[in-house]
Amino acid sequence: MLQYDLVIIGGGPAGLAAADSAREMGIKSILILERDNKLGGILNQCIHTGFGLHTFQEELTGPEYAARYIDKIQEKEIEYKVSAMVIDITRDKRVKVMEKGAGLITIQAKAIILAMGCRERPRGALNIPGYRPAGIYSAGTAQYFVNIEGAMPGKEIVILGSGDIGLIMARRLTLEGADVKCVAEIMPKSGGLKRNIVQCLEDFGIPLKLSHTVTYIHGKDRIEGVTLSKVDENLEPVPGTEEFIPCDTLLLSVGLIPENELSKKLELPMDDKTKGPVVTKEMETMLSGVFACGNVVHVHDLVDNVSKEAKKAGISAARYILEEKI
Amino acid sequence: MYDVIIIGAGVIGTAVARELSRYQCSILVLEKGEDVCAGTSKANSALVHAGFDAKPGSMKAKYNVQGSMMMEELCGKLDVPYEKNGALVLAFSGEEKETLELLKKQGEENGVMDMVILEKEQLREKEPAISEEAEAALYAPSAASVCPFLLTIALAENANENGTEFWFEKEVTHIQKRQEGYEVKVSSYGNSGKQESYLGRNIINCAGLYSDKLHNMVSKKSFEIIPVKGEYCLLDKNEGTAVSSTLFRVPGKMGKGVLVTRTVHGNILLGPTAESISDKEETATSGEGLKKVLTDTKHTVPGLNTGMVITSFAGLRAHERNGDFIIGEAEDAPGFFDAVGIESPGLSAAPAIGAALARMAAGKNNYRKKEVFREERKGITAFASLSPEEKEAIVKEKPAYGNMVCRCEMITEGEILEAIHRPLGAKSLDGLKRRVRTGMGRCQGGFCTPKLVEILERELDISKLRITKTGGNSRLLTDEK
Repeated sequence: MLQYDLVIIGGGPAGLAAADSAREMGIKSILILERDNKLGGILNQCIHTGFGLHTFQEELTGPEYAARYIDKIQEKEIEYKVSAMVIDITRDKRVKVMEKGAGLITIQAKAIILAMGCRERPRGALNIPGYRPAGIYSAGTAQYFVNIEGAMPGKEIVILGSGDIGLIMARRLTLEGADVKCVAEIMPKSGGLKRNIVQCLEDFGIPLKLSHTVTYIHGKDRIEGVTLSKVDENLEPVPGTEEFIPCDTLLLSVGLIPENELSKKLELPMDDKTKGPVVTKEMETMLSGVFACGNVVHVHDLVDNVSKEAKKAGISAARYILEEKI
Repeated sequence: MYDVIIIGAGVIGTAVARELSRYQCSILVLEKGEDVCAGTSKANSALVHAGFDAKPGSMKAKYNVQGSMMMEELCGKLDVPYEKNGALVLAFSGEEKETLELLKKQGEENGVMDMVILEKEQLREKEPAISEEAEAALYAPSAASVCPFLLTIALAENANENGTEFWFEKEVTHIQKRQEGYEVKVSSYGNSGKQESYLGRNIINCAGLYSDKLHNMVSKKSFEIIPVKGEYCLLDKNEGTAVSSTLFRVPGKMGKGVLVTRTVHGNILLGPTAESISDKEETATSGEGLKKVLTDTKHTVPGLNTGMVITSFAGLRAHERNGDFIIGEAEDAPGFFDAVGIESPGLSAAPAIGAALARMAAGKNNYRKKEVFREERKGITAFASLSPEEKEAIVKEKPAYGNMVCRCEMITEGEILEAIHRPLGAKSLDGLKRRVRTGMGRCQGGFCTPKLVEILERELDISKLRITKTGGNSRLLTDEK
């Protein structure tokens, strides 16, 4: 069994910043576990700018922002494994990992930092009626196809939900030649950043339809259109306001949920509101020696805030390990 | 010229094919979808009914009870998930309680074993989450759950291994009587809709919603299938422990009502509604339907967290206007055998219907049994269900099992490769989903879809632009940049 003082689960912005600050505090034995095939997490597919204004007083792209931290990890020779998925974790801080090419590994940690990030809510969560054709993607999946795979998910796009990823994708797909028909938002106000509404929609003349939602999905094989309806103050569709919008793609940007499968395995008390584990000011969960930071705790608007929070978690975890040694 | 052409590769067509492949005869299965289990068989309650619902003496009663008794052994042989979780029919009033007695009597007459009436307290002890308002229940311990996808896939694979040919994306448009047997004309999607024709000495019509249309091409005694739509919601596995048995309400005119059940994979399934419609392709859910599913089931299990829906879908039952299964050779079309009107409890009855139709066709044509029939089939190794030692061993032997692709359901690349390269393997995203559950979890394919496209592209050696969700025009991507 491998032994590390600190095991960090997740090699995205939260995990990287936590590792960096724990090393600054003098922790030598650190291992980052990343399930994707490289470090950086979701930043790798966020090729737009707007990252790092607070942390680096510069406007960086996602991969650039990630690279700053990856460089630090490499300079400081912090160990990491990629294509390494944690499949089990116990309250006595044993982590079971499946690493591509190496198989199953068990690791005993003194402290753990949870930094698994979040995932997008799927169509099912909204229970939109209609058919189940191809061409319905969460905005992040579409972003992966366009920015990583170089493939277009469609040409005529409707976006449901004005979360930041949805707004970013409205601009991205327009720049790639797609016709973004509109962004529909069920709430009377967008949840996205003001700058994204201006730079991603208004600058491109893409209509933002507030208090509207998709009430039917048309098309059996590939999506052929959606019915858009206005909603009342109770968010219920108003009969008579239905409008058919032809499209070959529907993107969903309807919210993010902290990814807490492992937190549940650890039986950590969860916060109903944030959907993440309950944490102290020092980012320690209710299980001593297990810390959490980033979108796994609650969904952040800005990566800069994730880094800040993760730094705190790294320092706290380091203190925990150092105190234990004394 | 084939000895037998089976039309339709749903659970009935594949069950017939497997049973018939015990005999020395050439068999061809024609399916209009791109995969087996593409119609009614894929969207239902996934239940093996005990058999107390159907009227005594009906075909439904006979085949349901027989099929239900055969199912466990069949699933064992074919390595298909099956769980005898029992069923409860809940009564919410004195009047409904009386109906329970009638149902019990009817079940006993049909040959259902071990049914008992549970009083309120016993009921709550068994299923604590049930509504306080439930007064009593009929308990049928022989009722079970099965995975309809894996059952159909297993039947098809096993039939194929025993010599049955399968052709997909072949939609039958005409059937004509020839001097010897029948000529079946198909429109072939893969051949850009070009007409092709196949000759068969015998035809077995397992065409589900279209079984009336095919039958009426050769017989004057016509049938009529009326599609009955059922809408469902599936909940996250986190809710999976809410109930363990299948919970029915006392049945009404339109079927068994909205039920709550736990699938063999551990999700809670809610549904179905029942609505007669006219379009046999209208597998769309509706706002009212989904709302009804959620409100009705909340009445049965008030604590159910219906906010945990991960997907919803609608299935169409092939209801024959006279309400019963029609199984056997058509009176005025010798060599043309029907499985018409196979709605619920069709999945439960499938093993018995398969065996009966195979016996009929074999008997009429004096087919002899083969000397070697491989009756067992091994499923794809489910990595997540292995012990730590087994996990270690399989990764060592096949490194692709060490690459996790679907993080929600913990599906590895090893399983995906198996699903693609087995006989009658997966060709699409849904083909993979039904074989190994990729994209079936709480993120519904958000993370794994691009990875699956990449694997399909590589393994099938086709451009990613040609990868589909479920065959035909359901392409996933439109352009490369």
